[in-house]
Amino acid sequence: MFTEDTATAVLDADTKDAINIDRTKGDFTFPERNKFDAGWGLSSKTVDYICDVKQDPDWVREFRHKALAVFESKPMPTNWATEDLNNIHFDKIRYYLSDGEKPKRTWDEVPPEILETFERLGIPEQERGFLAGVEAQYDSEAAYSNMKEELSKQGVIFVTSAEGLKEHEEIFRPWFGKVIPTGDNKFSALNSAVFSGGSFIYIPKGVKLKQPLQAYFRINSESFGQFERTLIIADEGSEIMYMEGCTAPKFETATLHSAVVELVALKGAKIQYITVQNWSSNVFNLVTKRGIAMEDAEVRWIDCNIGSRLTMKYPGVVMKGEGARGEVISIALANTGQHQDTGAKMIHAANNTTSNVVSKSISVGQGRSTYRGQVHIPKHLKGCKNNTECDALLINSNSRTDTYPAITVKGNKHATQHEASVSQVSEEMLFYMQQRGLDEGQAMSLAVNGFINDLVREFPMEYSVELKRLIDLEMEGSVG
Amino acid sequence: MTSTLPAWFQARQENAKQRYEATPTPKRGDEQWRFANIKQLGALPSGGVSTADPQALIARSTGLENPAAKFVFLNDALISSASDLPQNVICLPLADALEQHAELVEEHFMKQENRLGSAKYSALHEASVKNGLFVHIPDNTEVEGSIEVHHWLSGETTVFPHTLIVTGKSSKVRVIDIFRSADDTTPGLAIGYKDLYAGQNSALDYISIQYLNEVSRMIAIKETSTARDARTKAFILNTGAAWARNESMSRLEGPGAHSDMLSVSIPDREQEYDQRTFQHHVSEGAYSDLLYKNTLYGHSKTVFSGLISVDENAHHTDAYQTCRNLLMTDDCEANSMPGLEINADQVKCSHGSTSAQISDDEIFYLQARGIAPDHARQLIARGYSVEAVSRLGDEETEALVLRFIDEKFARVR
Repeated sequence: MFTEDTATAVLDADTKDAINIDRTKGDFTFPERNKFDAGWGLSSKTVDYICDVKQDPDWVREFRHKALAVFESKPMPTNWATEDLNNIHFDKIRYYLSDGEKPKRTWDEVPPEILETFERLGIPEQERGFLAGVEAQYDSEAAYSNMKEELSKQGVIFVTSAEGLKEHEEIFRPWFGKVIPTGDNKFSALNSAVFSGGSFIYIPKGVKLKQPLQAYFRINSESFGQFERTLIIADEGSEIMYMEGCTAPKFETATLHSAVVELVALKGAKIQYITVQNWSSNVFNLVTKRGIAMEDAEVRWIDCNIGSRLTMKYPGVVMKGEGARGEVISIALANTGQHQDTGAKMIHAANNTTSNVVSKSISVGQGRSTYRGQVHIPKHLKGCKNNTECDALLINSNSRTDTYPAITVKGNKHATQHEASVSQVSEEMLFYMQQRGLDEGQAMSLAVNGFINDLVREFPMEYSVELKRLIDLEMEGSVG
Repeated sequence: MTSTLPAWFQARQENAKQRYEATPTPKRGDEQWRFANIKQLGALPSGGVSTADPQALIARSTGLENPAAKFVFLNDALISSASDLPQNVICLPLADALEQHAELVEEHFMKQENRLGSAKYSALHEASVKNGLFVHIPDNTEVEGSIEVHHWLSGETTVFPHTLIVTGKSSKVRVIDIFRSADDTTPGLAIGYKDLYAGQNSALDYISIQYLNEVSRMIAIKETSTARDARTKAFILNTGAAWARNESMSRLEGPGAHSDMLSVSIPDREQEYDQRTFQHHVSEGAYSDLLYKNTLYGHSKTVFSGLISVDENAHHTDAYQTCRNLLMTDDCEANSMPGLEINADQVKCSHGSTSAQISDDEIFYLQARGIAPDHARQLIARGYSVEAVSRLGDEETEALVLRFIDEKFARVR
């Protein structure tokens, strides 16, 4: 359990250097160079401004305006969620910032400071190393979007959502807003009104991507709201792994990130969506993510939430076809001043569907982690199964954790099980490790890494190493 | 109630009446009523008159062979009592206790705030309560056997039975409440409240058997407070009523406190049981364990919402919560919301919930031994319920509870 991680051990020195993490890595900013700025606050004028700049087709403009009305009509969900939501001031946020440039296809074309941003975050390096394609979003718009040529030849589409809705409307439109309807919640409505950036991916029938595609979301500007919108459609029998990373510098004011991600896995397709989020501690990260899995298809969310002031994220899978499978594997780390309110939603909508949720959280200092889950198996189905496990680790005496699952099962040969546990690193365990020469901090870090080790292995190797180091950094100074 | 009621009690009832009127009726969207079919509660019946023959009900009030004391109430009025309790034990109808032991009652009567959604009905109970049972066990006194209480409902009316049990240091008592309807067709409503206070190093067992007719409804609110090194065991059996809501709160108030919360529910047809629990660890070094087992038949529905809450500084807490649902038909529905809110470290807390049907393999195994499939299913369901019943730890009480369980199984067979 406490041995050196095998993933770290097999890396060569260059790779180790490339992924070496500096604690200030994400905490820098460049002067704004925006040609387009929707100004402060949200109104129908803001929506029109975004539509005009982006030259949205009429159906998108109509979609946005309807969504704005829904957003304005919905109350904050503070009847069940944290009161901290009331500290979001929608009139003190800028909803669209862009330099007006189209996404570049080579890094050489990307403006120098944006390129430097992503160089410092290691994105081009990763693209050269193991990715099939990258989209890098800077505030509201993608600065760079490129994919390996051989994938284009196979018919794979990997573009920004703006390009998707204009250039591939026949594929894009039938699924857009169908997995997550505008009115699903207040923040999905907000995103629908002002969305900008994000990815559109289409994988043709039978195409199986061997390397992952990646998107990287970077907030550079203060008091900014980032609202990317991602739609991934995996056609029959195809396979894709998609990874996203997120950072922002730390400002005095709160920043809002409210994405909507829709996944469609058609018959026999597999989608694996991996998130490593390391937002700065002023970001409200309020994200709606859901996938539909058709017959024998699989949607798998792998999620790591570190940083942010408040994260509310419950990736879901609607299993619409017989034999479909949904999975959510998540790690959350909440440090002082942070609330990781995460979980999973499994909606069984066909016979013999299975779902699995494994969630681990660590609360450090005065951090609070929450698991919120929903499993729904309706009456007319048979042979559905769900397994949910969530474990919480408390590091300090004023750390906090909550678990709020809701499981509904009606009828025919179904089986669900939910287990949750809360524990802390035992004094005996720390003593044992200290006896072998580790200081208390190292011992705690090793224990925490042991706690999440089985889940970290689910991430691609390059990410799992980074993940462990991020957790080590967060754990620094937490003992005592 | 009589005019000799103490002033504090009259003031409490007046205040509660105002609180009831000011408190909004729960709505479907309220988190504490999630998944519940609030419409099932409907209007509060009043004015119905009992048509039952008290002597016949007394004759039907069979329970334990030799209870330490036995009380029979009809619509909250005492119709029979017998006691073989030690002289220093106070055990009498609440109406009498309010006259004879007002200070003792005041010290413990409905002290805790309702946190599980029925604040309105808790206020209504407080405003309307007329009678019930008051038990006070002095320090170093152990009651052998059980105190058995029969609550009969008759007529289309609402009753407000109250049970207040206080155990002194190093004392011991077991109380069994049995709620039944005088006939099978009159829709009564019971809004009951149980106040259980276990003093230091005492043992308090409380068993509630809800066996109302299947057109009646019940809200049962239970507050348990367990002091240092004390042990409380609260068991709920639900087999009757069209709709029943149980709200059970357990406060662990001292190191070494131990609380067991047990329940068996067997709904059938359109019956709905709504169970809300709260294990509140106020003190460090306390232990609580909850085991709820539901066996669902017909189109029935259960809702379980449980929370283990550990306060700051309640270190070395050891808490468990398990809800298991056995689905016997394709049309039943089980909802589970097991929850944890942990604000201290140095804790061991876990919860689990399962919902599943009996596997074909299990039925086949019993069939291979000559047992018919229907009988095999009942055997498995009974064995499944017995796990919770057997934790009562008293053979006679277990046999009594199993008698009611078997009567229910005989009806759903």
